Amino acid sequence: MAAVVSPNVPAQLQVEGDGARLRMQGAWTLAHLDGLIAGADRMRVASGPLAIDASEVAELDTAGVLLLLRTLRASGQPLQAHTITGLGEADTALLQLLASRLEPQRPQRERHFQFRLLLSRIGTAVVRFLATGREFLGFVGLVIATLGQLLIRRRRLRWTSTVFHMEQVGLDAVPIVALLTFLVGAVVAFVGATALRDFGAEVFTVELVAISFLREFGVLLTAILLAGRSGSAFTAQIGSMKSREELDAIQVLGLDAIELLVIPRLLALLVMLPLLAFIATIMGILGGGLVGILALDITPGMFISRLQEMTDISHFWVGMSKAPIFAFLIAVVGCMEGFKVEGSAESVGFHTTASVVQSIFLVIVVDAMFAMFFMQLDI
Amino acid sequence: MSAASEPIIEVEGLRNVFGKQVVHSDLDLTVMRGEVLGVVGGSGTGKSVLMRAILGLKRPDGGRIRMFGQDTTYLDADARKPFERRIGLLFQDGALFSSLTVAENVKVPLQEYYNLPTDFLDELALLKIRMTGLPANAAHKYPAQLSGGMRKRAGLARALALDPEILFLDEPTSGLDAIGAAAFDDLIRTLANALGLTVFLVTHDMDSLYSLCDRIAVLADGKVVVVDSVEVVERNPHPWIRECFQGPRGRSAMQQHDRNQVAQPKLSGA
Repeated sequence: MAAVVSPNVPAQLQVEGDGARLRMQGAWTLAHLDGLIAGADRMRVASGPLAIDASEVAELDTAGVLLLLRTLRASGQPLQAHTITGLGEADTALLQLLASRLEPQRPQRERHFQFRLLLSRIGTAVVRFLATGREFLGFVGLVIATLGQLLIRRRRLRWTSTVFHMEQVGLDAVPIVALLTFLVGAVVAFVGATALRDFGAEVFTVELVAISFLREFGVLLTAILLAGRSGSAFTAQIGSMKSREELDAIQVLGLDAIELLVIPRLLALLVMLPLLAFIATIMGILGGGLVGILALDITPGMFISRLQEMTDISHFWVGMSKAPIFAFLIAVVGCMEGFKVEGSAESVGFHTTASVVQSIFLVIVVDAMFAMFFMQLDI
Repeated sequence: MSAASEPIIEVEGLRNVFGKQVVHSDLDLTVMRGEVLGVVGGSGTGKSVLMRAILGLKRPDGGRIRMFGQDTTYLDADARKPFERRIGLLFQDGALFSSLTVAENVKVPLQEYYNLPTDFLDELALLKIRMTGLPANAAHKYPAQLSGGMRKRAGLARALALDPEILFLDEPTSGLDAIGAAAFDDLIRTLANALGLTVFLVTHDMDSLYSLCDRIAVLADGKVVVVDSVEVVERNPHPWIRECFQGPRGRSAMQQHDRNQVAQPKLSGA
């Protein structure tokens, strides 16, 4: 290397003598290559052995070597055919190493045809949807079979675990469920009263709040909240166990992951979701009643007597009958997504999101089916 | 190694304390340009803490650290930037970004600091990947699709993306089988020679110490007990060194090393 050249000079490449002689100058490093990369592509070098004078190169790094190799590639000759002079020992070693590792052709960028890409993505999504459906049914079957074995006492119920999950899923969720449904009740009463006032039917606000909460909102809001709160927690808990190979450990120890992990969570949710839905219904009606009393000239006595006289108990049973179904869906989807986690922490996040989306989707679809079912039955 | 006399990292009187536990007290260490320095020590002697302090990932509780002749001990993140371009770090399991392919991982630092034409960038990234001994088709795979050894090589390709002058390696051979570890040591040696790298190697692997390192620094009692070539270090009377180098693993690594020396007497020139 010539010591005269300052290391901060931009890299240059001179082509002389019909493109058979190249002269490299300056710092052939990443920081000083910018100007040269585009230009080097357009340099016309002769096809055949070249003579390269590198005595004025101040510095050389891998990017500089790559640029030189790309230029030489245009000549159609291997590196050994060219004569390179003035390169230091270390730089020659670098050149040799990289030349042996360079791919013979420039890498081809993958070309995407937009329409084909669209079709393939639609296809993938359909196949994945069907596969998820099948997996879901398979998992439901497995869980029900395990529950059956539990009943005939071929498997043990894990009481400690079940009670622990009851606390986490149920008791700890009471404040948030109560507060949210209370507020929604108040909002429904306000909106309803504003619409009904025009017909002078403000007093029907009581029925509006009571029936909507008894039949739909109490259980639906609870289910959606628990899907976000507990379904996601189930996925994350089981998923991180899977990624730390704890599930493999369970299997190798001769234990059953469904019995150990899924059944306690499922039973906890089956018991607690109806209870929470009951609290939610009461709080929603209370919220509506408070708005009625404070803002709509409905006295507490009137509110209670209308509630008793005009609202049939069947609404309550319609709402409550849905609670165990929702609980089952949320628990099964949450646990199943946990089992689908593979390896990385990123996968845990992906499946947690998937679990929440799927369980809320299922809860709302099933609720709509129930609504049609009960309408046909005139209940 | 050319111009081996110039110091590239100087640590003076370094002190690191966690709560009541003193990890380093008055630790001195100098790394020379172009050498491969192995840092060893029992667990809890602060090998990783030393590396993190040099890298600026942990603020030391006392002492000075100079890199490239300039004091970097208490620089803030912005002032550190120019130094960070000149160093590369390979984490234990590669620490690759899991949502990006290997090629995209290598491109991250290149795109951050330089504005290169796309096709040049693609080929440069591929060259770095091939340089670490990975096949070209690994470039478009995601880290989760690679084996542990391949992930380390991919991590190395990213660490070398900006052509650093110093390469930090945190237990590069842990988790690799004996053959894979030896191949990785060879790779580091080849790249260090070709790229003129200074390598700061934290390791437990006795084979790496013998086959790869020019000098070895032994950490014990919060200090560097000795820094010298492996032949000198293995004769040091310090109890930990004796146990380590005279133990079965140390002896087998030494014998292996001696056999290689006989077979290839000119290895040391490199």
